[in-house]
Amino acid sequence: MQQAMTGAAAESAKPSARGASPLGDAAAESYLTLTVADQLCGVPVLAVRDVLGAQTITRIPLAPPEVAGSLNLRGRIVTAIDLRRRLGLPARKPEEGQAMSVVVERDNELYSLLADQVGDVLPLPRADRAPNPPTLDPMWREVSVGVHRMGERLLILLDVERILAIG
Amino acid sequence: MDDLLADFLTETHEGLVALDAALVRLERSPEDAATLSEVFRIVHTIKGTCGFLGLSRMEAVAHAGENVLGRYRDGTLPVTAGGISLILKACDAIRAIVAGLEAGGAEPEGDDAGLIAALNAEANGEMANALAAPAASPPAPEPVAAPAPVARAPEPEPTAAKAAAPAPARPAAPPAEAEAAPGGGVAAQTIRVSVDVLEDLMMLVSELVLTRNQLLQLARTQSDSAFSVPLQRLSHITSDLQEGVMKTRMQPIGNAWAKLPRLVRDLSVELGKKIELEMRGAETELDRQVLELIKDPLTHMVRNSGDHGLEGPEDRRRAGKPETGHIRLNAYHEGGHIIIEIADDGRGLNIERIRQKALTQGLATEAELAGMSEREIQRFIFRAGFSTAAAITAVSGRGVGMDVVKTNIEKIGGTIEVHSKEGAGTKFLIKIPLTLAIVSALIVQAGSERFAVPQIGVVELVRVGGEGAAKLERIKDAPVLRLRDRLLPLVRLASLLQLDDAPAPEETGFVIVTQVGAHVFGIIVDRVFDTEEIVVKPVAPILRHVTMFSGNTILGDGSVIMILDPNGIARATGVGTEGSAGDAERDAARPAHLLHSDTKTAMLLFRAGDATPKAVPLGLVARLEDVAREKIELAAGKPLVQYRGQLMPLVPLSGFWDMGTAPERQPVLVFSNGDRAMGLMVEEILDVVDERLVIDAAGERPGYLGSAVICGKVTEVIDTAWWLRQDGGEDWFGAQGGAEKGHGQRILMVEDSAFFRTLVVPALSAAGYAVTAVADAEEALRLREAGAEFEAIISDINMPGMNGNAFARAVREGGPWQDLPMIALAGRAEPADIAHGREAGFTDYVAKFDRAALLESLRQCLAMTVAG
Repeated sequence: MQQAMTGAAAESAKPSARGASPLGDAAAESYLTLTVADQLCGVPVLAVRDVLGAQTITRIPLAPPEVAGSLNLRGRIVTAIDLRRRLGLPARKPEEGQAMSVVVERDNELYSLLADQVGDVLPLPRADRAPNPPTLDPMWREVSVGVHRMGERLLILLDVERILAIG
Repeated sequence: MDDLLADFLTETHEGLVALDAALVRLERSPEDAATLSEVFRIVHTIKGTCGFLGLSRMEAVAHAGENVLGRYRDGTLPVTAGGISLILKACDAIRAIVAGLEAGGAEPEGDDAGLIAALNAEANGEMANALAAPAASPPAPEPVAAPAPVARAPEPEPTAAKAAAPAPARPAAPPAEAEAAPGGGVAAQTIRVSVDVLEDLMMLVSELVLTRNQLLQLARTQSDSAFSVPLQRLSHITSDLQEGVMKTRMQPIGNAWAKLPRLVRDLSVELGKKIELEMRGAETELDRQVLELIKDPLTHMVRNSGDHGLEGPEDRRRAGKPETGHIRLNAYHEGGHIIIEIADDGRGLNIERIRQKALTQGLATEAELAGMSEREIQRFIFRAGFSTAAAITAVSGRGVGMDVVKTNIEKIGGTIEVHSKEGAGTKFLIKIPLTLAIVSALIVQAGSERFAVPQIGVVELVRVGGEGAAKLERIKDAPVLRLRDRLLPLVRLASLLQLDDAPAPEETGFVIVTQVGAHVFGIIVDRVFDTEEIVVKPVAPILRHVTMFSGNTILGDGSVIMILDPNGIARATGVGTEGSAGDAERDAARPAHLLHSDTKTAMLLFRAGDATPKAVPLGLVARLEDVAREKIELAAGKPLVQYRGQLMPLVPLSGFWDMGTAPERQPVLVFSNGDRAMGLMVEEILDVVDERLVIDAAGERPGYLGSAVICGKVTEVIDTAWWLRQDGGEDWFGAQGGAEKGHGQRILMVEDSAFFRTLVVPALSAAGYAVTAVADAEEALRLREAGAEFEAIISDINMPGMNGNAFARAVREGGPWQDLPMIALAGRAEPADIAHGREAGFTDYVAKFDRAALLESLRQCLAMTVAG
């Protein structure tokens, strides 16, 4: 049940993650886009292991507020990080639907980044990247490695390591 | 057998088997370079290790063989059948030496000159001799009929569990024994599997167990499914498989001990002590993971025993003990657990030093210490930063020690106990679970979340609230449960985990009675579901700081659930903190945390501060007064009253007193001592009752000894001494006429009730006596045997086990205490009782609580002995 991948995002995420070698450098600069409370974000596609739809998440009492809980991914326990809370954004309202999980791995542990929507995988060449504006919220500056212009909108590139540096 | 040697033997056996096969292959296809280099490598390895281990005979043979093989490999010599047989002969020689090594721990005697010469000749291309020589020359090195007595090499020899530390590796197991184990070379019975493979296997089995559980859960909802029979079978097979895989992870505890003989030897040299290490039950198996975790604590404890526990040979001789000190390790199974004992016959824990140390470090007050049993005081050694070693040696005594040991053992769900007798030695008992991987757990719900509670810590389940069930009570805000006449401190899981976003349901639910070490407490949960076998998985690193959980797991229904750690809960709530007064075990027969008195005591009940009734032993109160408000004056902000021509300080029990809001008439409990007096202001005096006191000291606060059930109500018993200090000053008990003062005379107090000990001991100490308090007559008599000296004995009459009269007779029978004055303490002082007591040998008879009479009696008795 938890394997139920939803939407095109999952389809596009998996193959490119696997097809890293044929794509070569292109994959290295490909980012999975996700939306967190209307903010467009990107995570390196090579860091992503899975994209999951809505999951049953068990709350963990006394955990840091950014930790939404834990979920079961094919027999492995995944700790879910609420990106909204991590980025200091307002909490998700019930009518906004359920969050999707972007599963990443660090030190043999699986973590799920909870995002509102997961979008396409886009090549974002390093050359086009703008540095963090100095006026950026310090909390964001901490986790962002740069900014990309996406037509009308700006996309923040998230550093997964730093996102997971909680507590 | 040396660990290194054992490893070498296993390896060599494997090498030789591979070598045989490879040589045969080589003979068939002499040109096969890969096989050739494999053969060369094996022989080379054997030779290298031999040299390292100092096995010269074997090295010489292997070296000669290697020479030949080297030439083959370089292609400077053609591979011939004769050459191969020579190499095979060399293999046989090596094998014989290995067999000798296994049996005897040393290289067997033998002469390989002929074989080596033949090999060298072959290497030099002198084929002709070579063919002739080997037939005659290699001497049969030893009858190969002595196979290993050891079933599996890398464990210390189980047949020689007793290893004298200073002695070097023990030679040869007796040959008879060697022959008794036929057909077993080292390699034959074991194969080496990498730990990773086993870990993977374990993980897969864990997953299989989970999936099985999931299937069973599904099947439960469908009553007559065609799947149910095969599912049952699958379930059984899974259980068997789980058990089997668990077994592969089991290792003898001896592996964790392997380094200890060396450590003890070094210690004995360094400290100049004679130490013998005895190891029993080295073959007891436990999970690899547990073994790893227990290794360091064990090493530390053995080191401690050698360093602190055992005395030097001089001291030992003086104490009438053999010069050589013993450290004994013993491991055995007991009901799903492993018990490890570490015992020494050294000097034992010095109670007095521990007491002093606890005082100076502020871990307990004098009054608290006076009320503690020896066991409780001994447990102070598990407190952080507690080291009584007078001098810090290089070996131990840096104050990081037993607390770390205790924490490490608790981390794996184990417990540690200490039993010690001064002068006779110390014994630590460690109880640890067999495995950490799969545990049986109770699934409970609190708030809207489910949690798993490992069943190992669950003593019982009690339903509370609702029809006919037990009721929760409250002292102030702390919930308690009266369970078979004892007061159980409770914690609400939902509040503890801050799950109270939903309003707490009515006080119905379940109490999980949990035991952590000697502490028993209850956890309130809303619902209890099934028990389930769970696979403990560690929590993510970012959650490690939440000590309330020991891990998490996936349930049969696929959901993730957190596993509660009873140790963590106990720590978080303060229930399990080491050594808080009266909180730890008192004795084995009784519920751990209760202060107990078998005699009925007249208690004065009153109300002050909050609604919970308070109580004080009536015997301590001199008078009850009713003071008019206008008589109360303030001096330096403190209330006073003129009382019998003196100023008497008044202490409000509620903590504050205000002239404006005070009632017109103020009830006061007057305590007096000589010509001093002080009053305790209360709100209302309720009653005087005769009750058998069972005081629960758990969750105490300053000024209160704890709570007890009096007249069916939870009542707090006040700590009189504490209140007297509030205004009377520290010298309250001490401010007496000089005539009455003791001069450090040593008094032994035998009193089963810790409650009375807490009352009497400080009073006597304050009067200048050095008091040793013991809980029963047997303990007192043991002190006599140990040579303790006293000037007087005070004993209770009604005690469990040997009563006061019997104790008096035992003392009078003979021994060093024969002529000591003995004072009886008794609830009743009927003439018949007094006569009875005198007959038994008591010098005087004093009513309990009559402090003045006791001090007077002591003074007279001691004066008498001095005069006589």
